[in-house]
Amino acid sequence: MSATETEDTGTDHGHHPTAREYVQIAIVLAILTALEVSTYFFDFGRIAIPLLIILMAIKFVMVAGFFMHLRFDTKIYSRLLYTGLIFALVLYSITLAIFVFERAPSA
Amino acid sequence: MAADAHATTLGLDHRKLAMWTFLGSEFLFFGAFVATFLLYVTTTAGGPGVEIFDIPFTSISSFVLLMSSLTMVLAHNAHRQGDLRRMRLWILATAGQGAVFLGGQVFEFTVFVKEGLVLTRSPFASSFYVLTGFHGVHVFVGILLLLSLYSLSLTGKVKKDQDLKTEMIGLYWHFVDIIWVVIFTVVYLIPEIAVG
Repeated sequence: MSATETEDTGTDHGHHPTAREYVQIAIVLAILTALEVSTYFFDFGRIAIPLLIILMAIKFVMVAGFFMHLRFDTKIYSRLLYTGLIFALVLYSITLAIFVFERAPSA
Repeated sequence: MAADAHATTLGLDHRKLAMWTFLGSEFLFFGAFVATFLLYVTTTAGGPGVEIFDIPFTSISSFVLLMSSLTMVLAHNAHRQGDLRRMRLWILATAGQGAVFLGGQVFEFTVFVKEGLVLTRSPFASSFYVLTGFHGVHVFVGILLLLSLYSLSLTGKVKKDQDLKTEMIGLYWHFVDIIWVVIFTVVYLIPEIAVG
């Protein structure tokens, strides 16, 4: 069996975090959430929205990677999840862009 | 062999493969509602807008839901180790946190309605309630799944070597959590900052 076949057909690639490591990941997520909420109380200026989007993406990837075990499972599961996400992002970005441009002349 | 009966030609368990396919498709479901909300976020028809949001309150319920992902993964971890008693404890903790989140959402909706933000008040109100309401329905279904798992393990219908069942429900629960991570940022925080 080739290396590629091994990567694509295995269901569980050994190491899973320990309970202690899961708690450490949750602490990091809690800190990131606190940072997100701080943008409401403190003025971060122009970087507030990009910062919120970056924090959201980090939290998303951490939960999917560690709690949903995407980092340790076969890559097929990652592809299924992220394909759906990318489809949704592309489809709805185009839809929103169309609506915004449709409105532009009358605005 | 029982294990083979569940295998696909990919060599993967078909139930887990189906769950991941379902979760991938759920992005399109929620994406439609998020896009609609963004389209109508300023279309308040003279009614309340994003300034009605209580960010400190929603932050606490978001934190509770995030921490429920920790207890969920600890339940799966305990099941993997064959410790069903500890697994049941974490499952109950997860369902309890889900119930706290849902209770917070019901409270939030009640306050909003009292302040005039009813479902049909404006496109903003409709898109907000449909998006967050559907997420709440997902949390409710998750709680039912968790309580079913708890009952089935008590009656011996979920055994020590069947940790895939806990993992599947965990996948669904974590997904509901990551969708809220997106909603909390895109629906609550960013519009509040943009308006403020």
